[in-house]
Amino acid sequence: MDFDFSDEQKTIRDEARKLLSARCDRHRVRKLLEDKAPYDKELWATVAENGWLGTAIAEDFGGLGLGHVSLCVIAEELGRALAPLPVSSSLYLAAEALVLSGDTTMQQELLPALASGQLIGTLALSEAMLPQHALSRLKTRVVGGQLSGIKLPVPHGQIADFAVVVAHNENGGVGLYHVDLRGPGVETQPLQTIDAAQPQARIVFRDAPARLLSADGERIVPKLLDRASVLIAFEQIGGATAALESACEYAKIRKAFGRQIGSFQAIKHKLADMYTKIEIARSNAFYAAWALEADAPELALAAAAARLAATEAFEFAAKETIQVHGGIGATWEADPHLFYRRARALGSLLDSTPVWRDRLVEELERQFAA
Amino acid sequence: MDFNDTPEEAAFRAEARTWLSSVAAPRDTRTSFAIGQETGEFEAEFPAQRVWQQKKYDAGFGAIYFPQDVGGRGGTSLQNMTFMQEEARFDVPVTAHFMIVNRGCCSLLMKHGTPEQKALIPATLRSDLIWCQLFSEPAAGSDLAGLRTRAEKDGDDWVVNGQKIWTSNAQMADWGVLIARTDSNVPKHKGLTFFIVDMKSAGIERRPIKQLTGASNFNEVFFNDLRIPDAHRVGAVGEGWRVAVAFLSGERTNIAIKELMPLIGGIVNLARQTEINGRPAIEDGEVRARIASFYIREAGVRFTVQRMLTALSRGETPGPEITIGKYTLANLVQEMTAFALDLQHAAGAVMSPAFAPFDAVFQSEWFGSVIDRLGGGTDEVLKNVVGERILGLPEDIRVDKTMPFNQVGK
Ligand SMILES: Cc1cc2nc3c(=O)[nH]c(=O)nc-3n(C[C@H](O)[C@H](O)[C@H](O)COP(=O)(O)OP(=O)(O)OC[C@H]3O[C@@H](n4cnc5c(N)ncnc54)[C@H](O)[C@@H]3O)c2cc1C
Repeated sequence: MDFDFSDEQKTIRDEARKLLSARCDRHRVRKLLEDKAPYDKELWATVAENGWLGTAIAEDFGGLGLGHVSLCVIAEELGRALAPLPVSSSLYLAAEALVLSGDTTMQQELLPALASGQLIGTLALSEAMLPQHALSRLKTRVVGGQLSGIKLPVPHGQIADFAVVVAHNENGGVGLYHVDLRGPGVETQPLQTIDAAQPQARIVFRDAPARLLSADGERIVPKLLDRASVLIAFEQIGGATAALESACEYAKIRKAFGRQIGSFQAIKHKLADMYTKIEIARSNAFYAAWALEADAPELALAAAAARLAATEAFEFAAKETIQVHGGIGATWEADPHLFYRRARALGSLLDSTPVWRDRLVEELERQFAA
Repeated sequence: MDFNDTPEEAAFRAEARTWLSSVAAPRDTRTSFAIGQETGEFEAEFPAQRVWQQKKYDAGFGAIYFPQDVGGRGGTSLQNMTFMQEEARFDVPVTAHFMIVNRGCCSLLMKHGTPEQKALIPATLRSDLIWCQLFSEPAAGSDLAGLRTRAEKDGDDWVVNGQKIWTSNAQMADWGVLIARTDSNVPKHKGLTFFIVDMKSAGIERRPIKQLTGASNFNEVFFNDLRIPDAHRVGAVGEGWRVAVAFLSGERTNIAIKELMPLIGGIVNLARQTEINGRPAIEDGEVRARIASFYIREAGVRFTVQRMLTALSRGETPGPEITIGKYTLANLVQEMTAFALDLQHAAGAVMSPAFAPFDAVFQSEWFGSVIDRLGGGTDEVLKNVVGERILGLPEDIRVDKTMPFNQVGK
């Protein structure tokens, strides 16, 4: 057993943190929010140059082949910096979907471009208020190689070059399809979102050319969501940790009743609770990171637990960071709402808490067979 | 990041499992949860626990991470954890008192003891000797440094007067670890000194206190001119606080190491057997939500322990995160057992083993869960520790912190 990041991974973490604090400070995050830009193009080019995007992509496909634990390390730093980048859509979702599909031709064509940042991909799965795991209820359909239907919301849909679309095939099964979002039959409408740096689009497909990647969607999609949820959990933990740090800092400088507010136990214990939830999430996420990289059978249980714990930690940290800041926490000028937005956006990105709880307990039921 | 055993770890695990299966029967994990809370009468339960500890010790599994020269195996903390995981699969009487107090005393003596004091370690590890922890007083629990028991030097002895309380298993103890005030003219943390006490000495009176479980496992202990030879002082005069703090942090870590997965399994099984709204409870959304939340915290603490063990095995200092373990688990056990009683509907209040599900184990563990939220530092005190030591927040107002102890309250 060796239950921590390696020295090499810790170096990756330190360098990522250094780069992001220089190139993606809060001012910059805020500027993008104010400019309503869907992502930070300059920063995207920088992280691509530094090889981050290819971290977990195999060397044969133009990546660095450093494995998924290393990508988790980067995810945590991206989350901590609230980086406005389409990493989750392009890598945790699109690249992972391509790998799981087993379609080597398309992998050869697309993975190198994802690793270099030349192309941005996404996953088009959600259909409004359907749970993402409810595959049998999808209405989008591919007939004769052409996709029709509406996907909403599609993360980074307005900037993605292509999507891996989950849709029914002619036989009622669920397939994964590659669709060129710049091609015919695709109408993309950007949506207003809780977090401008997690942009979403509504995409209407009308007989859009769709190339089958795998007809085994029922098996692949849950696994894809498990894998992506581990990476997102690290982003959530990074964000929660940054929120906690900002709340602690404020609790040390703000005075009320002649004392620093951090000396009041109502505040101190709230912050201790944040720390507790974050560490519970981090330890679950470590286990899930191992299961992700090892492709262990424990992944389903570990991913659900990491996802749930990280969602809870970030949401709690974000809302209580506002509370600790008092009135200023409710302003546009102060930073806490950036965490509040991101925490909620990531909480909605892959299925919701009730769905993941159900999946977690299914795994426990299996483990403790009647 | 690797969660699997290395070949050496796997070999140790196999060795432990082979030995365990040669001396013990597998536990029926559906009816027995082995969470090691002491809920019955210690005097009734201890003889079997002692025999089990002696057996383990003689086979080289009773003191795994202690060095060989004090009778240990010379192994690692990780091996100890591995052994505990394997042990939890068997129907054996594990004792919390041994793990927390006896072993804690040994660790303390390893670090601060004289050679003569260290000579007590092997018999303690084997459970031939039982120890007790004489820290808390009626007016000094969370605020332990406010204790009033006095020790005054008289020739080569110290003469001790005062009272301790909540002393677990003092009724059976051969030895005790004691913290007492040796100087009242300095602030409270500075005037304390640490001792070991032969509990057979004259001048010690023990009175049992009945606990909410009905058992009497803790005591009041009175000292009337108890004489302790200076050779039984641990650490320098006035350094007692430092020694006690090391003991307490070990105690908290040990409380955070608990196998709770069987209890979660028990709740899953219970939820299959009972009904809510005409359907098996396990199908109910709220039931599933609660079980998921139990698992997340259980796994969170379990893997936090693994992070600590990894740091130890890499020769690094573990991070502070283990501090969350004790209060998280203590609250978790209380919540889980209360929930299990809810699942039993009206039968949740029945304690007759013959008629309550799982021999009323959820009922008695529900009582037992109260203990871990208090002993070894309360929830509130530990959250102060997290806030102040880990997050660097300003201290609570502590009006008596810097004034000489004999001026406090004047
Ligand atoms: C079953 C059991 C076994 C025990 N065994 C032993 C033993 O073997 N040896 C031994 O020495 N002790 C033992 N103890 C004592 C235990 O360590 C103390 O009970 C504990 O430290 C709390 O102290 P107290 O009882 O004086 O409560 P108090 O300190 O009076 O606390 C009362 C309440 O006030 C809160 N409080 C106190 N200070 C603060 C603060 N600064 N901020 C916020 N809240 C605060 C506490 O959290 C608690 O809720 C045992 C206790 C139990 C229940």
